[in-house]
Formats: sequence, C-alpha cells, structure tokens
Amino acid sequence: MSISVRNINKRFGSFQALNDVSLDIPSGELVALLGPSGSGKTTLLRVIAGLESPLPGGSILFQDEEVKERSAHDRQVGFVFQHYALFHHMSVFENVAFGLRVQPRGIRPSRKEISDRVRSLLALVQLEAFANHYPRQLSGGQRQRIALARALAVEPTVLLLDEPFGALDAKVRIELRRWLRRLHDEIHITSVFVTHDQEEALEVSDRVVVMNHGRVEQVGTPEEVYNHPANPFVYHFLGAVNHFAARVENGRAFVAGAELPAPEFAGRAAAAAVGYVRPHEIEIIRQSGEGAAIPALVRMTNGAGPMARIDLERIEDGEAIEVVLSRERFEELELRAGETVYLVPRRLRLFADDAQSLAQPATV
Amino acid sequence: MNTTLNAPLDLTNDAPIATAATDPPAVRRLLIGLALGFLGIFIFLPLMVVLVEAFRGGVGLYLKSISTPDARAALRLTLITAAIAVPLNTIFGLAAAWSIGKFEFRGRSLLLSLIDLPFAISPVISGLIYVLMFGLQGWMGPWLRSHDLQVIFAVPGIVLATMFVTFPFVAREVIPLMEAQGTEEEEAARVLGASGWQIFWRVTMPNIRWALLYGVLLSNARAMGEFGAVSVVSGHIRGLTNTLPLHVEILYNEYNFAAAFGVASLLASLALVTLAAKTAVEWVSGRSHNRLH
Amino acid sequence: MKVGHMKIAFRRPSVLPGFGVTLGFTLFYLSLIVLLPLMALAMRTSDLTWSAFVEIVTAPRVVAAFRLSFGTSLVAATINTVFGFIVAWVLVRYPFPGRRLVDAMVDLPFAMPTAVSGIALTTLFVGNGWIGRWLEPLGIQVAFTWLGIVMALILIGLPFVVRAVQPALEDLEIEMEEAAASLGARRSQTFVRVILPSVAPALLTGFAMAFARSLGEYGSVIFIAGNLPMKTEIVPLLIVSNLEQYNYPGATAIALVMLLTSFVFLLFINGLQWWTRRHRMKGIS
Repeated sequence: MSISVRNINKRFGSFQALNDVSLDIPSGELVALLGPSGSGKTTLLRVIAGLESPLPGGSILFQDEEVKERSAHDRQVGFVFQHYALFHHMSVFENVAFGLRVQPRGIRPSRKEISDRVRSLLALVQLEAFANHYPRQLSGGQRQRIALARALAVEPTVLLLDEPFGALDAKVRIELRRWLRRLHDEIHITSVFVTHDQEEALEVSDRVVVMNHGRVEQVGTPEEVYNHPANPFVYHFLGAVNHFAARVENGRAFVAGAELPAPEFAGRAAAAAVGYVRPHEIEIIRQSGEGAAIPALVRMTNGAGPMARIDLERIEDGEAIEVVLSRERFEELELRAGETVYLVPRRLRLFADDAQSLAQPATV
Repeated sequence: MNTTLNAPLDLTNDAPIATAATDPPAVRRLLIGLALGFLGIFIFLPLMVVLVEAFRGGVGLYLKSISTPDARAALRLTLITAAIAVPLNTIFGLAAAWSIGKFEFRGRSLLLSLIDLPFAISPVISGLIYVLMFGLQGWMGPWLRSHDLQVIFAVPGIVLATMFVTFPFVAREVIPLMEAQGTEEEEAARVLGASGWQIFWRVTMPNIRWALLYGVLLSNARAMGEFGAVSVVSGHIRGLTNTLPLHVEILYNEYNFAAAFGVASLLASLALVTLAAKTAVEWVSGRSHNRLH
Repeated sequence: MKVGHMKIAFRRPSVLPGFGVTLGFTLFYLSLIVLLPLMALAMRTSDLTWSAFVEIVTAPRVVAAFRLSFGTSLVAATINTVFGFIVAWVLVRYPFPGRRLVDAMVDLPFAMPTAVSGIALTTLFVGNGWIGRWLEPLGIQVAFTWLGIVMALILIGLPFVVRAVQPALEDLEIEMEEAAASLGARRSQTFVRVILPSVAPALLTGFAMAFARSLGEYGSVIFIAGNLPMKTEIVPLLIVSNLEQYNYPGATAIALVMLLTSFVFLLFINGLQWWTRRHRMKGIS
C-alpha cells in the first residue's frame, strides 16, 4: 500500500516540527527517513501512524484513501517504537497476541487462530522458544524482534519503525538491520523507518528521504542521495566530505589556490560559492599541474584497514582536508608526514551562494 | 521527554483528532471534576471549616481562646515534647541512614522493616506499650514508684510516646536517598584524606540536606499533632499533661466549639506551614518527578 | 586481622568509617524506643492463659469492634483506591491551573493532627453541617454512624494511595499506550489491558497502606463515630476504654490481635514493594 503525504504541517508550541511536508512512498518499498535530531523525521512517522495530529490542512493518503482524520487504532499501521514499548506485564506470546485480542468480537480470530498466527510470527522472527518469556528476560535485539512481530500480527498495511536499531549496540545493530532487509524482501510490506545513522539508511533502504528543519531535503535511492546530493546539507549529512570556500566566475572555479573548470557556471558573473568533495574523490599527485591542483601539506597517514586515510593541511589557508586512497595507491605514493603534495578533485560539487539549487554536479 | 505531558492544554485542544495517549476533553473534564470534588470534600472543606469555626465568634474571642492559661500550658508542653523528640529522632535517622545507606551487611532489610514498625502500629497501641512498661502495674512500675519517678501520666511518658510515633520519619526520608547516591563520592573524599566527620559534613550532608529537612518537618508536624498515643499516656491533667491536640479534644467535648476550633486552627496552620515548606523543599531540590526524567 | 575476617562475613568491606558507631547507636535506640516496649506488650500477654486470651478477644463487644474496624477500613480503602487513582491520574496526566497546589494539598492529612481532622469532619457532617444539611433530607446520616467512620478513614488513607500510585503513573511509558493504540486497541481497552495491570502493584500497595493505617486510626474517628458499644465502637477505642477501666489484660489481648494483623499487612506491603521493584528494574532498561 502506497503512502502519500501532502502539505503536512506540525507545530509543538512555537517549534515548527514539520514544514509543509509532501512525500510519496511507493507500495512495497523500504524507505528510510534520515536526518539529524530535531529534523522532524520521527514527527513525520508519528503523524503517518496517527500518534500525532498535524495542523489542519494537507492530507495523508494510504493508497488514495484519506486517513488524516482516523485515529491511530483505526489506521492499521504497524508501529515499532525505538524503545520497543513492549508490555512488561505480558509474556512474549501475549504481547504478540495483543493486537488480535483487542479486535472487535465480530472480526476477532478464534483462540486457535490467534495462537497459530502468534506462533508463526514468532517463527518468522526466530524466537519461537521464547513465547512464555517476559520482555525483561530478553536481550535488546530479541525485544526489537518481538516488537516487530507484535506490529506484524495485525497484518498492517504499512509498517513504521522509529529508530529501530537506535538502542542496540553496534554489532547487534548491523546484524539486525540486515535481517530486517531480508525480512522485508520476504514480506514486501510498505515500510518506513526513521534513523539518524546515514550508514544504516544507505545500507538497508530502497529509498532515502533526507530531512532537515522539518522539510524534506532530498528523496532518492541510496546511490542517488550519496552520489548526487541535492544541496550542501545533504552533502554534509551523508558521508564524510571536505568543503572549501570558493569563487566561481564564468565557467571557472577558484578553490584553495587552484583554478578548476566549472562548466555549470559558464557565462556567470563572479560569485562566492562553496565546494564539496568527498575524501575518496581526491587524487594525490606530487607535481603541480599548472594551478589545476590544490597544494597541501601531509600531516599524518594511516594505512590500517582496507583504505588508507591521509590528513592534510591546505597550504593556502591552513584548513584541514581528508583524503582516502586505495591501499595500492597509498603504497605506491609512499607519502611522508611534512611533505607537500597536490590534490586534484575528481568530482567537485559547487554551490554558488546566491542560488545553491541551480548548480549541477561537475565531473572533472 | 514526552510532548503530551508538557504541552499546554490549548495545543491538544485545537488538534482535529486526539493523540493516541491523550484522553478526549470530556473525559479529562470529568476526571478532573471527580478528583477536585473528592479532594474538596476530604481536604479543602475540613480545612475551611476549621478556619471558619475558629473565627465565628470574632477575632477577640479567637485570641482569648488561644491565650487561656490552659491553652498556653498545652502549647508549652507541645513545644517541649517536639523539642526533645525531633532532635533525638533526627540523630537516630542520620545514624541509621549512614549505616544502612552506605554499607552492605546482613540483616539490613530486617533492620529497615524494624525501623518502619511504628508506622504500622496503631497510635493507641504505641501509647499502651509505654503504659505496660512504665505504668503503675507495668514492668518497671514498682521500681519507678520506689524511686518516686513518674513516667506515665507525666511529661516523660508523653515525650516517649511521641518519640515512638515519630521514630521512622527522618530515617525514612534519608535512607533511600543515601542508598541511591551510593558511596562513590564518600570514597573519593576518603581517598583524598578526609576524616569521617569531614566526609559526612562536606560530602554527604549537602546531598541529603533537603530530604533531611523534609523528614524533620514531617517528624515535627507529627510530634506536635500526635493524638492517640499521647492521649493514652497523658492522663489528661489540665495545665500539666495536656498537649494542644488533647486540649482541642477537651474543649470540643465540653461543647466549647469556638475555643476548640481556635486551638485547632493553630495546629492546622502548623500543618499548612509544613506542607508549604515541603513544597518549597521539593521545589528547591528539584525532586519533582516530572523534572527528574 | 581475625576480627576483619569475621566482619567480612557480616558486611561487605568498605573504606568508609563509622559503621560500628552508627549501627550500634541505631540498634540501641531502636531497642530502647521500639523493641523493648513492644516486648513489654508480648510479656504482658503471656501472663494470660490461652483460654482467658480467647475469651477476651471473642467477647461479642470485641468481635463487633473488629468487624466494624475491618469493615469500615475495607470500604474506606476501596473508595480511596478508586478515587486515589483518579486523583493521581489527573495530577500526572492533565495540566490544569492550580495543579501544583492541589498536588501539595494531597499531603494535608499526613500533616494535619488527627484530632483536628476529626472535629472538622464531624462539624461538616452533622445534621446542620455544610455537607450534613444536604444529606439529612435524603435520610442519610453520616455523623455518629459507621458512615462517619468511613469518611474519617477516607481522609486518613487518601494520601497513601495517591502517593503510591503517582510515581507508578509517572514511570508509565506513554509509548506503551501508543503501541496499544497502533495495534488497534480502543482507549478503554488500553486502560484495562495495559495501564491498569502496569500500576496494579502500586494500587495494591496503596490500598494495603491505607487499610493498615485505617485499622489503627483513632484521633480522627472518635469524634465522628458516636462510639456506641456494639455499633460504632472501633478497636482502638475499645483498647482505650479497657485501659481507662484499668483492664490491662483486656487492652493487651485486643492490642496483640491488632498488632499481629498490622504485622501481617506490613509483611504483605514489603513483599509487594520488593516484588514490584524487582519487576520494574528488570522491565525497564
């Protein structure tokens, strides 16, 4: 079932949590709402679930059906809470059965059916053996899976997860998010999860919605948002990035002592701009190429791990810059701390200060 | 931490549908009405009636009723009793809190339960046990009489019964706090070379002072207001063994309602002052649960 | 060094000083003020033969007093449990003007001398009192009947329930209620299946504390009760009248039965709190 959010606003006191948000989530996809804290991602999720009521105006459609006026218990959404919100006084079995047991008598399944459905859900989340345990006897990862099974028990039309892995330690988090991806590939229910962890969003989801200050900044596949960020915020938020104060003028960019081609600004008057380049999109060379490279001083190198990391300092302004090289290239270069090298951005993305969104990616 | 708790009323009211964990306005109004009605009957009205009845005969009569020699004697005895019982129980409470709150030892929870005992005992029985011990036919009665000492139907009995009744208050306030704060700060002070007293005054005391103050206030309110236990051991000798609450009873039973309520209003103001101080203490120490989370 | 070894078995070693002194003083003071006098009571009862003891505590007047004390305490504690929950709920969940003041006033029965509460309630509920005058025409007499006793016991027990339930409600995760709603539960179902079971231990604790306190209450009851033997005479009053007639064995025997009842309750409350704490601590994390 697809979800459409149209012009939704939400305020907490004077704080604008959602600012005219519109979003389309295609049926069957696993979508990540990604953003820093306070960006409105959790509020958006709760508004979709009916746990929070937005300001008048706008609409929320589940497969073309308006649900904005429906209260949470009529929306048939599965919601998984960050801290699981399992019922402490109920066993695992009773937790999962809850949504079925509170259904009106007419449509409530029989005891046998409830029992069967709970058992099969517990099998799905691989916790059959824990039916009679209480939440406090489970680990964090197990609780999260129970919370998921409980949400799935009512056969929700959409599944919403609020920071589903946020409260888990690093190792369990990675295991569980891969497991969630596989589970989604099995059951194909439209799912939205909130996260502030870009790695998590990029690895798990079909589509990433980047949010900031109550607005949607960019929507796209993980590749799109990572490789083609729509604006400086997305660039900053997704992955490590070096940024430069720059000046653009008529198809040329002047960055940290280098002059680089910037065809997207062809024919434009001089303007201040900001340039972004990811650490792995920089080549290090020993010879200056007629001003087309940025001179920098090697501060420190770290060759541990699959990629080598080099910390440098721009000679022009002393700003730090980070470069990631393949192991082979790193060994080939034999960099030493204190030597001067030249940096050639393979992909520099420029945003002019006056009209950031007009700029298109430049490939050098 | 959660918006439903802290959001002002108007925010939730203009929302088109109720948020999942909030109740509809009608339910809210009904429950607030029930709660306030219930508290009105059992807390507000009794308080009002005391003040209204006390001043029914005018301020002059009121002042007269609270300044008769008997009333003054009762006030004096009440103050003396509190002045003995409260400090002793405070010292006890601190000692108990230090040993129970800062150390792990066997029988700790049994000791805690024993300290709670007076809470569970009827005030009348609290008085009775002292009568059985020190009364004429009591355990130590003959010995006391041969030394011409009187405990029961005298001031010492009243003080003892009051000490029994107010026994747990300070300990009960301070122990959980000392327990919760653990021993790290004290151990750090110890490692830095502080002596036992220095640790207590400079490290522990600042952490527990508000709870201690609250315990002392409650203990004091109860010491000045205790009725049942004191009634049993006092003998109701006017001018000698009458405390303020007992004086209220005597006046009331003599149908001298104005005077009874006059004296009662003194005790009621003591209760109000205690509550105000308690609220202030909570406010200062930020103990309110809402803010803790 | 040997002493040190023995101490390890008794307490966990600590670098903090003062354990011996403070524990010693605690035990001494506890024994002097509480344990010794209680022993005097037990000793006094052992003067009685079993049959004499049974005869005293099964006398019709005594049985009637126990029945009245238990009955009125039960009714009052039950009413307090219901309304105490509502008060706590309103104080925790609904912001309304004057909430902090109301919250503070809940403790008034703790701080107010019982004799004052007693005469105040009596004045309210007598035939021409502020409340009594509305009940009189309906044929309801509160003052000097068992209903009056219930009123006094409600006043006395009220803070116990509210203060027991309030922290439990504050600890209740709103998310659990939201989870229930998102699973399709109506608000009433959420209340019965999620909220109530979560605060049930606290409610039970509050009930038990209010009940235990009501059983022994004296000061606030005697003014409004009427104190008629067999009708409106509570157990503590019976003890006092036995004492006033110098019937020490009678007073002692009745007191012992009351005391044992109280201890059973104390045990129950402690067990309940221990159980709740254990569950809470593991449940939330």
